[in-house]
Amino acid sequence: MANFQMNPGAWRVELEARSGHPDPVGETARKALAHRGLEPDSAIRSARGYLLPGSLEREQVAAVAERLLADPVAEETRIFEPEEIPEDGGCRIVVRRLAGVADPEGMSASHALALLDIPLKEGEQVESLRCFRSLGPLDSAQFLKVATRALANPTIEEVTLANVPIRSRPTPIPQPSKRREVPLLESDENALATLSRDMGLALSREEMQAIQAFFAAEGREPTDVELETLAQTWSEHCKHKTLTGPVRLEVKNPDGSTARKKLYGNLLKETIFEVTNRLSPDWCWSVFSDNAGVVALTDEVGIAVKVETHNHPSALDPYGGAGTGIGGVIRDILGTGLGARPFAATDVFCVGLAGDASTDRPPGTLHPDRVLEGVVAGVRDYGNRMGIPTVAGTVVRHPGYIANPLVFAGCIGEIPRDKVEKESLPGDFIVAVGGRTGRDGIHGATFSSEALHEESETVDAAAVQIGDPITEKKVLDILIEARDRGLFRSVTDCGAGGFSSAVGEMGEGCGAWVDLSAAPLKYPGLSYWEIWISEAQERMVFAVPPECLEELEELCRLHEVEATSLGTFTDTGRLVLEWEGETVADLPMEFLHGGVPQPERSALWQDPGLGSTPWPDHLDEEALLLKALAHPSVVSKEWVVRQYDHEVQGGTVLKPYQGSQGRGPGDGTVVKPDPGRPEGVAIGCGLAVRISELDPWAGAACAVDEAVRNVVVAGGNPHRIALLDNFCWGDCRKPDRLGSLALAAEGCHDAALAFGAPFISGKDSLNNEYRVGAEEHPIPPTLLCTAVAPLADTAKAVSTPLKKEGNLLVLLGVTLGDGGASVASDLLELPDSKPPRPDLEAAPTLVDALARAIQNDLVAAAHDLSEGGLAVAASEMVLGSSLGILLDPERAPALETLPRAALLFSETPTRFLLEVDPENLDTLDGLFRTLPWRTIGEVVSKAGVQFVNGPFLDTQRLADANRGVSP
Amino acid sequence: MKPRVLQLFTAGINCDRELRHAFELAGAEVSDVHIRALAQDPSPLKECDMFAIPGGFTYGDDLGAGRILALELEKFLGSALQEHREDGGSIFGVCNGFQVLVKAGLLPGLEGVKASLTWNQSHRFECRWTRLLPAPSLAGLVPGGNFLPAPSAHAEGRLVLGNPETDLSRLEEAGCIALRYANARGEPTAAYPDCPNGSTEGIAGLLSPCGRILGLMPHPERNLSAEHLPDRGAGEWGLGGEGVDFFRGLLAPYLAGTPA
Repeated sequence: MANFQMNPGAWRVELEARSGHPDPVGETARKALAHRGLEPDSAIRSARGYLLPGSLEREQVAAVAERLLADPVAEETRIFEPEEIPEDGGCRIVVRRLAGVADPEGMSASHALALLDIPLKEGEQVESLRCFRSLGPLDSAQFLKVATRALANPTIEEVTLANVPIRSRPTPIPQPSKRREVPLLESDENALATLSRDMGLALSREEMQAIQAFFAAEGREPTDVELETLAQTWSEHCKHKTLTGPVRLEVKNPDGSTARKKLYGNLLKETIFEVTNRLSPDWCWSVFSDNAGVVALTDEVGIAVKVETHNHPSALDPYGGAGTGIGGVIRDILGTGLGARPFAATDVFCVGLAGDASTDRPPGTLHPDRVLEGVVAGVRDYGNRMGIPTVAGTVVRHPGYIANPLVFAGCIGEIPRDKVEKESLPGDFIVAVGGRTGRDGIHGATFSSEALHEESETVDAAAVQIGDPITEKKVLDILIEARDRGLFRSVTDCGAGGFSSAVGEMGEGCGAWVDLSAAPLKYPGLSYWEIWISEAQERMVFAVPPECLEELEELCRLHEVEATSLGTFTDTGRLVLEWEGETVADLPMEFLHGGVPQPERSALWQDPGLGSTPWPDHLDEEALLLKALAHPSVVSKEWVVRQYDHEVQGGTVLKPYQGSQGRGPGDGTVVKPDPGRPEGVAIGCGLAVRISELDPWAGAACAVDEAVRNVVVAGGNPHRIALLDNFCWGDCRKPDRLGSLALAAEGCHDAALAFGAPFISGKDSLNNEYRVGAEEHPIPPTLLCTAVAPLADTAKAVSTPLKKEGNLLVLLGVTLGDGGASVASDLLELPDSKPPRPDLEAAPTLVDALARAIQNDLVAAAHDLSEGGLAVAASEMVLGSSLGILLDPERAPALETLPRAALLFSETPTRFLLEVDPENLDTLDGLFRTLPWRTIGEVVSKAGVQFVNGPFLDTQRLADANRGVSP
Repeated sequence: MKPRVLQLFTAGINCDRELRHAFELAGAEVSDVHIRALAQDPSPLKECDMFAIPGGFTYGDDLGAGRILALELEKFLGSALQEHREDGGSIFGVCNGFQVLVKAGLLPGLEGVKASLTWNQSHRFECRWTRLLPAPSLAGLVPGGNFLPAPSAHAEGRLVLGNPETDLSRLEEAGCIALRYANARGEPTAAYPDCPNGSTEGIAGLLSPCGRILGLMPHPERNLSAEHLPDRGAGEWGLGGEGVDFFRGLLAPYLAGTPA
């Protein structure tokens, strides 16, 4: 660690809303304080604050405040001298970032001072602050204590009293770092395990022994950076050892007898990949090999798709974690082939239950509502600044996520066909482009591979990173331009593991030589191993032929982004690192990428032996529908979507919320990469967490079915669906966790094969457990299935809101009585029962027929039936329009007589509610002839839902319920 | 000859694609220029009819939306922009581009009137479709007659004035109030959600007294066809593509054979 100089004095500028102008931040702060038991007598005022170097003159500070920092119309300025103590009766605090945590706004201000001809000296900077003061007296010690939790995130911020002078952050003094060996050749098994834990390597005994054996053969001790490199490269996060290793699965009958046994040599290869290999369609251009999967959109243009998880960082700092999650997956798209241009993003959040139900939560965890607000804001601020529309996703609420929320971030980019292949060649320069390297995110890859625990919040703070989306946007601008000018031969992102994983991957086939002393640093004092594995954001690594280096550097200068040559790719097959002229690592690529031992794991599933669903004979249909609309699975997520610029780039054709009022939830969204051309992409997400808990095969098959439904109902081509899998599970070293995972992988396989939809990319996160003392809590088994499907002409896309009075409503698909894990079964507090399973023989034909009906313009509006079944689907079609529905649930196609409760609320997959012009009914009959379908209602002018032999609910009541407003 | 539009680019601009597309559909020839290049050589300004600043988050909205780019315009291009206007050129800014023009003092550009665009009343970013009513003098931008449907997508779009009582009437008299948010009945409003930000008098766009600088918060460049509309054919949001008419109207003075 570096030492620090004395803290220099600083000017403080505070900018507060002028009187008469609202101060919502202050009001929110007051509420947050009150929520934690501190009720100030007076108002709390908020201010933006800046610390300026004490070396500036007063006139300079005044000029900076007036011309750069303040909005003179809306804000009032106060300037405090370096040693001045504010005296106005109230109590003041400031929230500032911890030392070493990035401050992009402060950096912007530092740069902008040059515009005012006030250049800063070496080591001087502007720091941004958030300031709060009470107008009346307040106990300062209590204010400080409560504000630390209520107004700040202690993982990245500190709160200090501001009734004393605030000083600038000191500049760290560099500490020389020297080549260091870690002796392990003589260590026994226990000593190796201790070493792994002490260094935070997250390597198992077997892995440590493999490393020991390797260095014994080499006849020397490893260096610290060699061990760090192996730990990063072999981490679960990077290598997916569990999913790609041997798994011995046993499924037990309800009575405990063995139903079947199966040995997988490589679980992923024999389930997920197997579908892709079996289908291997020619429109899959790149699968499971690059940073994202690539499929054809047209003959010339492909789309690159990736969905990532960023769970543990988001648990500690929801805002920063989710922001850097989206930032990371965007870089995956930039780093696919020679670079794809992102045009859509997705996000799925899984958090604990809302409101007070969660006040009793494990120590060290944030309230789920704060987590959700934080992750939404993180995606908003990063995605919006990048100019990539966040168009699809959902929020899942379940008590099992209370201590371990999940954040899935996806991105889709367009890429010309001739840019999909890449190869770094010996002699190419290794060029880092983008942000500087700091201590951020050290051990992120190994951290994400371990369980969270009570102290995670404090000890793992270094794993949290702060995003700087504008730097990433500049990198995007440069990358696409440089790609089109042919200035590089290969590119990848610095993800988990930083330079170590980027250079390690790019040089896997040839070799690489890197001089770590060349890396530009955010601040001095980093040791060479920290530089090598730092996960500082917004960095990409390029392989640049020598003759192109100057032109690339010139382009980077124009966009004001640093480009630094760190070394060269070689033909030695070895990874060689230097630090100040000394070799600090020298490893064969073969051992680095192929040396990890694959342990065999056992997997066990105990069939719980569920019975059929005890639907009630009589039901208050109105009450249940209103409750279902407000259920966490169904309740409107419009408040989330409205915070995202889901229209940027002008290509969003089917929006996440649709219709004249913009409150009708859509199924798939449709986005065009080029608004001047007819083709687009339908994007859908499927999750069935509650079903997975009871029947993991069904949960996975339902997730695939839902993702497929979403893209097809929006108009996507059912013969061109590409799927992505994201498994988030508990600790899969435990057989019961791995058992449900293996069954889910089988469900993915069976459903994807049935639909003829290959998986093209995936990412798993397998240690989502939380430890309190000796108790270990896994998250519910969570599979996110993302689907994309092209539309040749987006004019054919179909939205969910009703279109025309007099049109008919057609229900396509058969309704079954299995209602386990349904919204209704939750609300009616029914005992666990069999959840629905898709009929994989019938489903593909049905989906295909629907797609043909859409292509033939026979469908005016369409909505798939999911959570809440027919009753909720019908209500949602009403929400987006000013029209109403008359619906007879008893006409729904079914194999047997079902109670009305099942007809209205069963969640049988592969069903669609379609609005059809009566004139088109005969043509539709021709397409649907052999399928289960029936006209079950019509579109009427009276806004609301009228059930035949049942209640009428007007649209306002449906909308209020769906927004979570109590009746 | 086609009207020539010069689009500014810098870190954080991210609506350049759709704006270019809109100008091209409206018949313009569009070129892009980075602020660094333009600062070194402002001559491209002499060869364009319209200088356009697209939306985005220039420099991350740090220090207030548009603030830093506004300073750069003042410092690097102050006199060049003045000459551009004197030569008959115009300046257009949308969303962040509008914020830049206001922060640089180019809008409203009325002596003694201070204006700013600040945080939405909700204090958060919001993306939703809005209806815009043009001032009578700008009716040519909305030839369909009723309103211009366009998505709004911003966090800092609330127009505030230094002296609301007097400034408002002065802006009105000088014809500076270019566009207002409207409700479904086509009446101007400052009420949420039809006006997404709580802007003074529901003002969505401003025109300089000289008539050569126009800026607005919502994005007409994201309504270029019926496909863009939120209700897809239900008819409550117009026919779609009204944005193309808007940009055609903007360029009308520079279209050959069209009287200025």
